[in-house]
Order: sequence, then structure tokens, then C-alpha cells
Amino acid sequence: MQMSSIVRTTADILFPFILIYGFYIVIHGHLTPGGGFQGGAVLASGVLLLLFAYRYNESTRIVKKTVMKTIESGGLLLFIITALSAMLLGAGFFFNWAASGGMIFGDLVAFGSTAANLNTGGLIPIMNLAVGIEVVGAISVILLALLSGIKEKI
Amino acid sequence: MRRNLSIIIVILMVGMLGVIVSGISFGEPVDHPMDRYFIENSQLESGANNVVTAVLFDYRGFDTLGEAAVLFTAALGTMLVFRRRREE
Repeated sequence: MQMSSIVRTTADILFPFILIYGFYIVIHGHLTPGGGFQGGAVLASGVLLLLFAYRYNESTRIVKKTVMKTIESGGLLLFIITALSAMLLGAGFFFNWAASGGMIFGDLVAFGSTAANLNTGGLIPIMNLAVGIEVVGAISVILLALLSGIKEKI
Repeated sequence: MRRNLSIIIVILMVGMLGVIVSGISFGEPVDHPMDRYFIENSQLESGANNVVTAVLFDYRGFDTLGEAAVLFTAALGTMLVFRRRREE
């Protein structure tokens, strides 16, 4: 059974906006409420909308399971590598060496409830991005696995 | 008879729990020095304006690593359960 063209057109229109919103939540994790887990869940909801509106064979042409597996593993690997990178400098695991250092993501933050720009936080934005990639990969893999378990042709 | 006894025991235990819990004050957190430390130092130490994110990804990074590993394992288990058997 195929979804009606109203559902498919709505999914087509909404999909890029959901992606933009999820990416915004991920990348502003160190400034506003949100972060990698929440933004990754929003991104995965966009993938779910696409899987819901189209048939399994059509949607798996866009959302491939192998790509999602690679993204999931790569996100977790990037997270661990980011945490390990502090040990190269002689500090402990998870030490935030890039914070307030003047380099990338190294701007100083004024104390108090002030506005800050995106170029702050040290390793935290990189870790947010890694966790967001991992969450969207993991939830998409779970959804695809559940969908492929259905015996009927949908 | 036995059912009535068990119901009475459950009511007694719930009542005891209520009596014990009613003495504890909720909604009034004690002023711990750790709270003050996070509020005053997390912006300068981690460079992030969001204190919650600073705690999650900097001070308690191992917690986040464990969460990510749990999610990875959940996806792995789902793939294992719903794997397709090779048709012969």
C-alpha cells in the first residue's frame, strides 16, 4: 500500500526543515538548551517521516542501512578520539584542552548570563556533533531493522 | 483469609512508608558547595555558556560515553534480532 500524495508531498516539504532544525539543536548545544542526543533524535524523526511516507523499497534507496551503520560507528569513534586527544598533550581522558585557548572553538566567555558566539566551548561542540551523528545513525538503524522485519509488502 | 492478610500487610507497609516519607522535606535542596562550584566556574573552565552541557560533556564525560555506548549496543541488538536469515 502506498501513502497518498498529500502525505508524500508534506514529507518532501517538511524533511529539509526538520534536518535544519535538528542540526541547529546539535550545533548550538553549548549555548542553548539541547545537545547531541536531542538534536540527533530530531534528525532521526525526519528520517522516520521519510520512511513513513514512502514504501520500504523506495525509501531504502535514499536511507541506506550500510550508510547508517557507518555513520553510527563513526560518531562513536569520533567521540572517543576527541576524548583521547587530550591524552596526547599529557592531560587526562576527557580534558577540555581547547577551551579558552584562542584557537578553534576557543573564544573566551564572559561570566554570568551573557550571550556568547558559536566559537566557544573547546571540545564540547565537537563532542556534541559526534554524539548527534551517532544518535541519528543508531535510531535510523533501529527503525530500518524494525521496518525490514515486516513480512507484508508495504 | 490469606488474601485479606496480604492486603492488610500491604496497607500497613504503605502506611509505614508514608509516615517515614512525610518527615522528609522535598523541594528544598541543601546548599551544597558543589552546586556553587559548577555555577561559578563551569563557564570559565569549559568555555561553554550552557552549564548543563558543560556538566554533561566535560565534568561527566564518562557518563555521556556510557550513554553513547548503550545506544550503540541497543542498535546492535536490534540488528541482531531482526537479521535476515539467508535463504537456501
